[in-house]
Amino acid sequence: MKSIDRARQLVILSGKGGTGKTSLCAAFAHLSSQPAYALPTVFVDADVDAANLSLVLKPEPSPPHEFLGGVLAEINPDLCTACGACVPVCRYDAILPDARRESVYWIDPIACDGCAACSYACPTGAIRMVQQQEGLWYQSITPFGTLFHAELFPGRENSGKLVTLIKQYARLWADDSHAPVVIIDGPPGIGCPVISACAGADLALIVAESTLSGVHDLKRIVQTTTHFRIPTLVVINKADIYPEGVTQIQSVCRELGIALIGQIPFDRTVTDAMVAGEPVTVYRREAPSSRAFSAIWEIVFDRLITPGGTHDRS
Amino acid sequence: MKIAIASGKGGTGKTTLATGLALSLIDQGPVWYLDCDVEAPNGHLFLKPDFSRQVQAVIPIPQIQSERCTSCGRCVEVCQFHALAKVGKKILVFPQLCHGCGSCTWNCPEGAILEIPNPIGVLESGLTPEGIYYSRGLLTVSEPMPTPIIRQLKRLETPPADAIVILDAPPGASCSVVETLRGADYVLLVSEPTPFGLHDLKQMLGIVTDMGIPSGVIINRDGIGDDRLESFLDQNSLPVLLRIPFSKELAMGLAAGDSLIRVLPEYRQGLRNMYAQILEFINQGKTS
Repeated sequence: MKSIDRARQLVILSGKGGTGKTSLCAAFAHLSSQPAYALPTVFVDADVDAANLSLVLKPEPSPPHEFLGGVLAEINPDLCTACGACVPVCRYDAILPDARRESVYWIDPIACDGCAACSYACPTGAIRMVQQQEGLWYQSITPFGTLFHAELFPGRENSGKLVTLIKQYARLWADDSHAPVVIIDGPPGIGCPVISACAGADLALIVAESTLSGVHDLKRIVQTTTHFRIPTLVVINKADIYPEGVTQIQSVCRELGIALIGQIPFDRTVTDAMVAGEPVTVYRREAPSSRAFSAIWEIVFDRLITPGGTHDRS
Repeated sequence: MKIAIASGKGGTGKTTLATGLALSLIDQGPVWYLDCDVEAPNGHLFLKPDFSRQVQAVIPIPQIQSERCTSCGRCVEVCQFHALAKVGKKILVFPQLCHGCGSCTWNCPEGAILEIPNPIGVLESGLTPEGIYYSRGLLTVSEPMPTPIIRQLKRLETPPADAIVILDAPPGASCSVVETLRGADYVLLVSEPTPFGLHDLKQMLGIVTDMGIPSGVIINRDGIGDDRLESFLDQNSLPVLLRIPFSKELAMGLAAGDSLIRVLPEYRQGLRNMYAQILEFINQGKTS
């Protein structure tokens, strides 16, 4: 194979949740390891607060690494004089009377944004900012390649920061191991962790769902990838549930100048494969969804890697 | 009464349930529907409101008054989010990193910082044909922070005391879900009997436990997948409030923008019973 200067990054997105990003990613992971490609691919699960890729790629257990996210304010009751100077500066309604010790304030860690305004306002130095461990991340070996994944602790902030962190490690690992491709399973939505998942991507593949909601959210995610100037392709999942939706997606793609490169039929084998903990292409190679994923993977890989393809942006 | 609907995993049926519940309760009091999935809101596709009001969602960002600024760098030092930087003698502001906390403004010794509104999205509200008050937030594309919009959406208008407020949460289990759930009396967790559904439900249970909000589970697409969700719920004595079996007819109807109770009218009573059950549970808690 022709040598490549650095790994190409493919990010899988959807806008709407539950359209089939992870099932597609798992199929791609398997397909990239097949003899025709035999790539030392690197995978990233960038949906860190609902991380599911490891449930199908079945990595060998690996040691966790700590993720230190932001800071939160804490009041030392021994130093607090209950002067109340901290209350008006908090814009997050996080400073409340302590139910247990009257006349002393308490900071609700769920509401605190970690801005430190209160700690600067406190005249007695009773408020300190405490570094939070907000999650764990892992580098694991799967039958198909190396997986970087993480668990954001429930309800925590800084999901974007955690996505950036594991992507950086994945990128370094890909460079060191001469992996030509990094496949990133993105989060739903269009906000902070999606933007982090998109950073530096060479190609975005959007899994759209053939429903009214799917069409609505497709527009928003395409606007996002277009804003960040990422070449974008679209596939339709569960295409046969609502044929009218397919027509609408086709016209959205035409309107926005985005290529629609495949359709995946509704196929219960996808759920069966998830239950079995396998990529659907491993579980039943001849299933309708498996055939569709294989055809899509060929097009995507070609776009990602071929000279004159997406990486040639000059 | 404030009920939030969350799931962890995306696409499990939060909006299906939330809109179905709203439409089932229209004769029980004023119904307010807050679409808190500000990154990808879909409730309006089923409830079809007539938006009559639109306001900008803004966060206050610093504007340095150069004639007063002495370039001391105190603002850069106090900002926890790297939204300010000192380059030479100039202070630069990065609006997309700013959380709007105001710390720089208060800490500037020269009073050289003014705050100006930076729009990051819009808030819209209006009535549906059934008289449901519907409001949503819409994060502007390329803006990173949904949480301030959710916070502002919840304060946009004050529901009457007897209102049934339904909060449709975003997917995931991070800060935007927490912001949606703050102040809720009850959380409905919509899951599906698959390994992904179960994994992400556990994340959500972590949040509701931390926040001390009572919750119950709705199993959507019952009959697909496996029984690991069921045994988990059994082992942890978590109540299942409602089951919606997988049906291609329902999937097709929802795809076209029909509500759950329009496709399957028999669920109206099921949802009303579920609401009565939640109400009884909450009232018991208040008296005991």
